[in-house]
Amino acid sequence: MAGSDSPIPTGRRTGTDLVKRGLAEMLRGGVIMDVVTAEQAKVAEDAGAVAVMALERVPADIRRDGGVARMSDPALVEAIKAAVTIPVMAKARIGHFAEAQVLEALGVDYIDESEVLTPADEAYHIDKWRFTVPFVCGATNLGEALRRISEGAAMIRSKGEAGTGDVKEAVRHLRSIIGDIRRVTQADSAELYGWAKTLQAPVGLVQELAASGSLPVPLFCAGGIATPADAALVMQLGAEACFVGSGIFKSADPPRVARAIVEATTHFRDPAIVAKVSRGLGPAMRGEESSSVATRLADRGW
Amino acid sequence: MSGKIGVLALQGDVREHVSVLAELGAYPVEVRRPEDLAGIDGIVVPGGESTTMALLLESAGLRQPLADQLRGGMAAFGTCAGMILLARQVLDGRRDQTCFGVIDISVRRNAFGRQVDSFETDLDVPELGAEPVHGVFIRAPLVERAGPEVEVLAEVDGRPVACRQGPVLVTSFHPELSGDLRLHDLFLKGVG
Repeated sequence: MAGSDSPIPTGRRTGTDLVKRGLAEMLRGGVIMDVVTAEQAKVAEDAGAVAVMALERVPADIRRDGGVARMSDPALVEAIKAAVTIPVMAKARIGHFAEAQVLEALGVDYIDESEVLTPADEAYHIDKWRFTVPFVCGATNLGEALRRISEGAAMIRSKGEAGTGDVKEAVRHLRSIIGDIRRVTQADSAELYGWAKTLQAPVGLVQELAASGSLPVPLFCAGGIATPADAALVMQLGAEACFVGSGIFKSADPPRVARAIVEATTHFRDPAIVAKVSRGLGPAMRGEESSSVATRLADRGW
Repeated sequence: MSGKIGVLALQGDVREHVSVLAELGAYPVEVRRPEDLAGIDGIVVPGGESTTMALLLESAGLRQPLADQLRGGMAAFGTCAGMILLARQVLDGRRDQTCFGVIDISVRRNAFGRQVDSFETDLDVPELGAEPVHGVFIRAPLVERAGPEVEVLAEVDGRPVACRQGPVLVTSFHPELSGDLRLHDLFLKGVG
């Protein structure tokens, strides 16, 4: 709760915008990996992940199993926290502020209010300003990104279509967000009011975007990244870091694939390095063409 | 002050350092490959994840040539993860943590706690005058031991958070995030 009840010396302020967005800045150029066990978390850390997302099931398995997907068991989150020194993130259902409170109490470093889990609220997202822990939220377009930022998200990730291993939705969402940022930057001051209406986003944030030319928080990419070249693609399109879910631990050789995606994310403009790390990785996750999936996770969020 | 300053650009908040250095009139270049080290007069090691950067330094073939340049007396400025990579010793770090060892300090990673404990505060830095420096501490490391050659420039709870040894400057916090240019300026003054 915005640092007011923390036992810290006076003069120190926790949970500020700068501190929340600052951690996202530190993750830039890195790969955040979904893990379901402490062992996988260690594999991720050894491969150079900048953070791990602690989950009970990766999105591909959530899709396969069906049913209601919820916050992970605190024991799992704690085991993963104990296994690694890098930041640990965990997912709460859209609108489920009580799950978020639990995750904050567990000391996770970032909460992903995620469409991969079954939404708890069909109208409202979590009021993220009320928390000390920072939040990341998914977005398919610029309006959605700005609405999440207005609710306090300190990082945006393009949603893609999680668990498919098909990068096309991630590309669509990134292109939509970044393309509209470019268009807003070209608008004159009167047109910005129109943009705010079109985007269904607060005019103040639209004006700030037009002035700065970028989102006020980092823009990462998620949902469907399965190969080093996928990572190089989304980074060149303007993503500042990658979330990789099913793509690593559903591949034939997770430690090597993890390492290769880390290197491709750093050297995304250097095709010789992307080629080198892509060689002989074995089968990537089989995946599922995103237009054929029964449940479109990216449609969740309001 | 001007000079060609490398910013290690494997991962982390590279852009902020590049922008502060440019604002101060230096000529920043991003360093990802060994050839990027050519002709630089100093190096900035940014904030980010030290474990990730250590691994990428090795795989990019940068660790050895950069270590050689640093040992030859090149100026360096490390913030947060950068401080860890420049330190002599990393306490309770991973086995692959110790990297360049060009400032005689022992650091503990994530010493202030987890992200919910990350904070901002004003710091007294006598070297930079009476105006306090605004420190942004994000999962910050702490200096547990500073050798006799090390000057402590600022402290939190009686523990060093900004140190200098010759041309090597390190901070637990992120001056590149707070808009205060004075520590970068101090680093540039140490560039030969």
